[in-house]
Amino acid sequence: MKHIAIGILGAATLGLMASAASAATLDTVKAKGFIQCGVSTGLAGFSAPDDKGEWQGIDADFCRAVAAAVFGDGTKVKFTPLSAKERFTALQSGEVDILSRNTTWTINRDTALGLNFVGVTYYDGQGFMINAKKLPGVNSALQLSGAAVCVQSGTTTELNLADYFKANKMEYSPVVFEKLEEVNAAYNAGRCDVYTTDQSGLYGIRLTLDSPADHVVLPEIISKEPLGPAVRQGDDQWYHIVKWTYFALLQAEELGITKANVDEMKNSPSPEIKRVLGQEADTKIGTDLGVSNDWVVNIVKAVGNYGEMFDRNVGSGSPLKIARGINALWTKGGLQYSPPIR
Amino acid sequence: MASQEVLREEPSRGSFINDPRVRGIFFQAVVVVVLVAGVWWIAHNVIDNLTRLRIASGFGFLKGRAGFDISESAIAYSSDSTYGRAILVGFLNTVIVAVVGIITATIIGFIVGIGRLSQNWLIRKICTVYVEVFRNIPPLLVIFFWYSGVLAVLPPPRESINLPFGSFLNQRGFYFPRAVWGDGSWLIFVALLVGIAMAWFVARKARQRQMATGQQFPVFWTSAAVIVGLPLLAYVLSGFPLSFDYPKQSTFNLTGGFQVRPEFLSLYLALSCYTAAFIAEIVRAGIRGVSKGQTEAAGALGLRPGSILRLVVVPQAMRIVIPPLTSQYLNLTKNSSLAIAIGYPDLTATAGTVLNQTGQAVEGVVIMMVIYLAISLLTSLVMNWFNAKMALVER
Repeated sequence: MKHIAIGILGAATLGLMASAASAATLDTVKAKGFIQCGVSTGLAGFSAPDDKGEWQGIDADFCRAVAAAVFGDGTKVKFTPLSAKERFTALQSGEVDILSRNTTWTINRDTALGLNFVGVTYYDGQGFMINAKKLPGVNSALQLSGAAVCVQSGTTTELNLADYFKANKMEYSPVVFEKLEEVNAAYNAGRCDVYTTDQSGLYGIRLTLDSPADHVVLPEIISKEPLGPAVRQGDDQWYHIVKWTYFALLQAEELGITKANVDEMKNSPSPEIKRVLGQEADTKIGTDLGVSNDWVVNIVKAVGNYGEMFDRNVGSGSPLKIARGINALWTKGGLQYSPPIR
Repeated sequence: MASQEVLREEPSRGSFINDPRVRGIFFQAVVVVVLVAGVWWIAHNVIDNLTRLRIASGFGFLKGRAGFDISESAIAYSSDSTYGRAILVGFLNTVIVAVVGIITATIIGFIVGIGRLSQNWLIRKICTVYVEVFRNIPPLLVIFFWYSGVLAVLPPPRESINLPFGSFLNQRGFYFPRAVWGDGSWLIFVALLVGIAMAWFVARKARQRQMATGQQFPVFWTSAAVIVGLPLLAYVLSGFPLSFDYPKQSTFNLTGGFQVRPEFLSLYLALSCYTAAFIAEIVRAGIRGVSKGQTEAAGALGLRPGSILRLVVVPQAMRIVIPPLTSQYLNLTKNSSLAIAIGYPDLTATAGTVLNQTGQAVEGVVIMMVIYLAISLLTSLVMNWFNAKMALVER
């Protein structure tokens, strides 16, 4: 029901918004004093509230990084949990300023939906999870013909699933829910044999099941799922701030700037590090972007560099223990690459 | 003559502004203009903003390939079908659960409603408890009760409960053999139709005869014999063309047979039980609304209690019952949108998925609203016709 409410709200907002001119997102954000960040309703490692009610995860931290760039304070963020169905309407209608919600970048979303994806904060792919104890002998997704598959509605996952089973001439019966918790509960209760979503998500969800050790993630990856934050089209300044916040996180890791050493690094002899941290004389990099010149310092102080963010939330420092893989920097054989900050 | 003309001209010349009819028309025109302007302004703004935000608009997306599967479909549907067809599938699923739910709720409602007026203490109390329990719990909780509380705790597919006639019950739903009609089975359907036609004819004749002569005819038993007997005869004559496809165990689930999914079952049971509680109260009110003198008079004429209820009380009660019953039917239909909580692919769920896959929020919501409005108006129309038919005709 809620997505309808948001749909109507969206329609009404679109209807009532002053049609002539809409204020720039940066100005409205500065005026209200915080960034409204759209996150998931709870996906471990990406965006999920901890036991104190604080949102944790890569996606949540990304919004903090943007807040640090804009306000110099990573805590000036308010989070809006959104279901897969609600997320785009919420961004389109201006209910959130950034959609940082493990959302796959596709051409349709970049064009017809009026969004702009800023980059890929996590390269993912869709996988399958089964209960190995109940289904001994199943070790490949190609053995899943006839299975009941739990999936979240309104996702690319739902579409890839249909394509994969069709391409391999297999049958399945979809068990579709709107909210992640409902899918989790249905899989946990045995309503379906297979759970499919992005592989990172499967590892996160496995931890929340009754007996995590019984469940295995099958080796097949059936799709490309580049997950990243998105903003509304038609506001280039805000788009650039969010995009370069992402690049700054990568650049900081590449240059070895960490949360711990960022203050010493300001006095580094390297001209590149000085330039990135805004210590060059008469620098205009930050102000041209629309933020202060020490924006990168603020970002790293708030959430660390990309590598720290990854390790803390999904990598070796988290219960998920996901390897960097293709999410490593380009210098280490991965795909994460930042254009130069100069 | 002259004075008459003066009199006739007086009201229009003296006070055109004070003429209540002119004023009425004027204010109605103002309201219409304001309304049209308001709607136009909102629509114009929506289109303006959509263009400015570079969001595609229009209903062309309905022809696109859907790409997602739907678990339950009354018509042929695959991921290659269009978005429009996906919405149609959802619409049909809503109609199916609403129609089946309305029939069941009406039956339970009438039984419980009459039961509350029973002379038997136990029946009366059981019916009261039923009404008080289901009427006072939100329908969403009733749905969850059936889904998580009853159906989810059934055994997994490999340990299905065996039921008679090759049926199975497990947490994936209720499986029963599917009838497979062989060659010549059309004869059975023809026989069934002929049987129904004959039964209707017999009932009509019997009524006419009773009106004319007062003699009664055992209509029920004759009809039953004709409706059941003729198809049976055809079945034998055409050489037993009916066979069954039984559900069997396979790697994951049971295959074959006919599966009623737990999502449908729990939504159907919840809507039926919930609405039946309200219908029971309406029926009770209707029966209590028929004056006691009617029952006593019928009794004095020598009618038995069953006949009194059927011939005297219920027909009069129906006049009171039908209008509020219509509201309950509309409620049930609209409550079926709660299906989204348990993943039954009704109109709200499928149109919502389409809305999300295409990003056409405004169009998607408009389509949903128009369809629900159409279903509700159609239900009202049918019930109003039924109400007019059941109205007291005085002789």
